Amino acid sequence: MTTLAPTRTHEVSATSHKGRAVADGWVMTGRYLRHVVRAPEEIVIYFSLPIMFVLVFGYVFGSGMQVPGGGGYREFLLPGVFVMTMLYGIGATATGIATDAGRGVVDRFRSMPMARSALMTGRAVADQARALLEITVLVICGLLVGWDWHRGIGNFMAALGLLLLLRLALSWVGMYLGLVAPNADTVATIVFPLAFPLSAVSNTFVSPELMPGWLGTVAAWNPISATTAAIRELFGNPGLTGDSWATQHSMLLAVVWPLVLITIFAPLAVHRYRRLGR
Amino acid sequence: MTYAVVAEGLLKRYKGGVTALDDFDLHAPAGGVYGLLGPNGAGKTTAVRVLATLLRFDAGRAEVAGADVRTQPGLVRDRIAMTGQYAAVDEILSGRQNLVLFGRLQHLSARDAKRRADELLEQFGLVDAKGRSAKDYSGGMRRRLDLAASMIRRPRVLFLDEPTTGLDPRSRNQVWDAVRALVSDGTTVLLTTQYLDEADQLAARIAVVDAGTVVAEGTPEQLKATIGADRLEIVVEDAGRLGDAASVVARLTGAAPGVDTELRRLRVPVTDRVGSLIATVRALQDAGITVADAGLHRPTLDEVFLQLTGATR
Repeated sequence: MTTLAPTRTHEVSATSHKGRAVADGWVMTGRYLRHVVRAPEEIVIYFSLPIMFVLVFGYVFGSGMQVPGGGGYREFLLPGVFVMTMLYGIGATATGIATDAGRGVVDRFRSMPMARSALMTGRAVADQARALLEITVLVICGLLVGWDWHRGIGNFMAALGLLLLLRLALSWVGMYLGLVAPNADTVATIVFPLAFPLSAVSNTFVSPELMPGWLGTVAAWNPISATTAAIRELFGNPGLTGDSWATQHSMLLAVVWPLVLITIFAPLAVHRYRRLGR
Repeated sequence: MTYAVVAEGLLKRYKGGVTALDDFDLHAPAGGVYGLLGPNGAGKTTAVRVLATLLRFDAGRAEVAGADVRTQPGLVRDRIAMTGQYAAVDEILSGRQNLVLFGRLQHLSARDAKRRADELLEQFGLVDAKGRSAKDYSGGMRRRLDLAASMIRRPRVLFLDEPTTGLDPRSRNQVWDAVRALVSDGTTVLLTTQYLDEADQLAARIAVVDAGTVVAEGTPEQLKATIGADRLEIVVEDAGRLGDAASVVARLTGAAPGVDTELRRLRVPVTDRVGSLIATVRALQDAGITVADAGLHRPTLDEVFLQLTGATR
């Protein structure tokens, strides 16, 4: 029936372990991207939520909002919505991984001679591509409602880099949550109660200075606030002034926070994946 | 004799304290189909998952296709394929994309993976459905796709965990044909099933599993022989003559027959099969008792199964 098996096996053992992990991860990235093409309705939901936020907050509430330090509310809002979109991506990652884990397909992956890391690295890379697509849609949407970047393409790219770094960190959080969730249907009940306060108690919509003392401190230190403040600065959009250490060092925190999250959640997710089916 | 699968004293305890495998021993010879037969919850699936490196075990030793399951799991995975109880395919991808994906993950080149996918789609009658998402496949098609995925690279050992549960007879036959084709190519198949008919059809040897351990092992014929001799069954026309018939049968065979008054049936073990049948029918006719039906019955695997696994229930 097949004559492929023996020769191929030898070739495999000749390739390095690391090369195999990269190749397998890349195949897995292709798999997740094909999911986006074959079932685009999922990613459309993840677009429409932030677009709704732009419309509701930008036009309904925004007309009555004052941005401390001056400037238009939509100019202020858009960077926050970019970051929020990265945050809600946790839901897509967690659902994707939980769906895989709940079905037999992970058993097949685990019983094949493929790199064990491939499922997770493949997902992380695919999430980066999804994030790029989401940001592109939102940038276009932002330009249409009067948002713009004012500090050149270099700073724009730096802001993009910070958004992708945050998304990478959140991919690992999402993978961990997806593996902890008992099944794909319960993912939403775990992710959204977590993501919503994170996006609300931040500088996305209003200044932490306007919140009660302790809540303002939480909001200022929130990783979401760090990236939001940093990209506002990089885009040259109106930002928030504040004298807390966190607000003063948002650029540093926008790099450190994601790295901390990766350091914590990547090993947790890998550990959890290894323990699947035990 | 070389063995494709060896398990010695396997012990597996789940976290909740359930002992799924308890001193589980298995020696499946290379080549052919080896059946693991047992009721639900007997430990068949646990055994397969342990042997396929998906599940760790607490004690004992296991070897699959010449590689040690505990110390060389990578080598085991290189030589096996597994089709579990639930179709292990990607629901969103098309049938062809699934096969290409699994081919790529088994390190076929893109071209080889595509060529192999097309061959398998052909072999499993899925060509017309190759572009459709697996989630839109019928249960039988999904199972066939799953099985095709297990055959991308000819595995040395293929684990099939209840591959035909819930399939219609036509799909079941297709699965059986595919299994036979694979076996003729030299693959050893370890098949778990709760269908005795399936084990009887496919398996050269069978291990009967109950409560996490192998309670009997042998060829289907050997297993049937363990339950005893063939039986003679006589159904009489007139229920009123059942007592008379029983004494005739008892005199001829030297054993008191089991009597089922509702079915008007007598059942008795015999050694001289056809001789007893003819003599008994003739004697009953001589006694003026009308025989409605008469026949010889070899014990079925069902009876073996029920007798072996019934004791613990």
